[in-house]
Amino acid sequence: MKLLNYTTTYLAGLLLVIITIWAAIFYYAMLDEIYDSIDDGLDNQKGLIIQKITVDSSILRQGDFNEGGFLIREISAAKALNFYDQYIDTTMYMQNEREYEPVRLLRTVFEHQGRYYQMSVYTSMVEEDDLVMELLYALLWLYFGLLATILLLNNFLLKRIWKPFYRLIKQLKTFRLEKPSIQVSPTRIEEFRLLNDAVQRLLQSNIASYNSQKHFIENASHELQTPLAISINKLEALAETGDLNEEQSRLLAAALDNLERLTRLNRSLLLLSRIENRQFTATEAVNLNALVKKIAGDFEDQFAFGEVSFLLREEATVTVQMNADLGAILITNLLKNALVHNRPGGSVEVMLQNNALQVSNTGNEMPLQPESLFSRFQKQSTAGTSTGLGLSIVKAIADLYGFTVSYDFKSRHYFRVQFAS
Amino acid sequence: MKILVIEDEPEMRANIVRSLETEAYVVESAEDYYAAREKLGIYQYDCILLDIGLPGGSGLALLKELKKEGLQSGVIIVSAKGSIDDKVEGLNLGADDYLPKPFHMAELHARVKSLIRRKTLGGSTVVEVGNLRIDTERRTVRVGEAELSLNRKEYDVLLYLVTNKGRLVAKTALAEHVWGDTIDEANSFDFIYSQIKNLRKKLKDHEAEVEINAVYGVGYKLVET
Repeated sequence: MKLLNYTTTYLAGLLLVIITIWAAIFYYAMLDEIYDSIDDGLDNQKGLIIQKITVDSSILRQGDFNEGGFLIREISAAKALNFYDQYIDTTMYMQNEREYEPVRLLRTVFEHQGRYYQMSVYTSMVEEDDLVMELLYALLWLYFGLLATILLLNNFLLKRIWKPFYRLIKQLKTFRLEKPSIQVSPTRIEEFRLLNDAVQRLLQSNIASYNSQKHFIENASHELQTPLAISINKLEALAETGDLNEEQSRLLAAALDNLERLTRLNRSLLLLSRIENRQFTATEAVNLNALVKKIAGDFEDQFAFGEVSFLLREEATVTVQMNADLGAILITNLLKNALVHNRPGGSVEVMLQNNALQVSNTGNEMPLQPESLFSRFQKQSTAGTSTGLGLSIVKAIADLYGFTVSYDFKSRHYFRVQFAS
Repeated sequence: MKILVIEDEPEMRANIVRSLETEAYVVESAEDYYAAREKLGIYQYDCILLDIGLPGGSGLALLKELKKEGLQSGVIIVSAKGSIDDKVEGLNLGADDYLPKPFHMAELHARVKSLIRRKTLGGSTVVEVGNLRIDTERRTVRVGEAELSLNRKEYDVLLYLVTNKGRLVAKTALAEHVWGDTIDEANSFDFIYSQIKNLRKKLKDHEAEVEINAVYGVGYKLVET
């Protein structure tokens, strides 16, 4: 839920409570005031009638409300002396409305020429239910009016106030460490300024550590190249002296093999680092059918030597928009993987389908662990000199372009690259 | 043939210089940008081996300057920064070749020889060893008068070994040169053996005066008999 709506919901609930309480208090205060004013009116009427009686005593014989809205009845002195004025809420049948309507009645006693009379004066009352309804309507209008005002304020004013915040959020959402660029908008609101500053500082330190880490891997790999080159060259020079016996030669060869392996490992790490740093920017439409044929051709001798047969099944022409070098590395690594983990008499089959490449091979009869298969340095075989980085490189290339790589085992090992459609 | 080696790492420089000297090249060296600048201001070289990461200035900047001044020498960039950008930039600046570190000396020799063959106008494109004649332009091999029929890979292996005649060629160097970068699993290098076997048989059948010797586990060496 958006912050704007969140506060609005709260305000709406709170307003409902406040307005209800206020309505109740207002209603009773209003009613009280109305009664007060009506009672004053009745009192006044009583005074006027008594005054009239002194002039015209025939009024005393009025025994019906219908004329003048009062009724006079003679009562005993004893009863009259114990009588106090009474204000009563009651109902009375109204001719015009043809129904019982609420009235306020004043029952009082007075003395006229030594005789006691009880008089009832009434006046028509506000209809309470009508008042409540009117009040309710008025309050509902007020409530919705307030809500509408708040919503309008939120949408126009608050949205504008929160603009720097949303702008920052939007940028953070698309933020990538590889392409750091955050533009904060200047703001007069202190909280946003603090937020901007804090985010900027946090990002700066992250970018700095990311860059230093990125450069560390690159630099470490670079720095390793020269000593490796020197060592390999020195050992080759030693081998070239020619007066080594077989045992010495064997030892030398082993040292060289391991240095070569280190070199390959170093190159692969450097390649991974470059792929992840998105240093392969140029892309083109790469025809995988042609590429697979070319690379399979390069592997021809190795297939023959390993007694592994190769089969290419082209169900579709696959063209992928990507870096051509990375395309070649992707296919090379998949083919190499299928070849290295194979067995004599086995086979490698490449299938090109609509938007997908599938490489399958014979080999170990056990399925591999798909969750760790593409992790770095996860060796699941005994192929001792493999770097353990080949499939990580495949995964890194796939991630770079949004392809999905999956593994399946159905008596053969299936590696499938699904290109983004 | 005069070669200038511009390389700041002393051991690396010594390796390259010593290895090139065995081929009877006149080899001089410079350890940084300024020394290189000075030498190139005074002398002419047929070939320059240029390291990119130099103290005092980048090798690429040096190359740019030299090309502006009309440098005629062949240039091979030797770099530990095996990135494609460097390679593209170097070649665009007019370098003739790019060799990423670490490399095998055999590969360096092959590149230098190939460069000199290309650079020497009117020079011979034929390489001769004993009674073996390789025409690098037409990619044909003759033993005496008879033509030796070789497939593409056998030809590449032979030319590489001949280029590095008398020198030990590590099997990795050979594999990478002939089969390309796709070959980088050491356990699969044994397949080279079958190629060598075929080649040896063909050479022997035609009574070529060369021989391919195996140096146990390390590689091969072509010698004249």
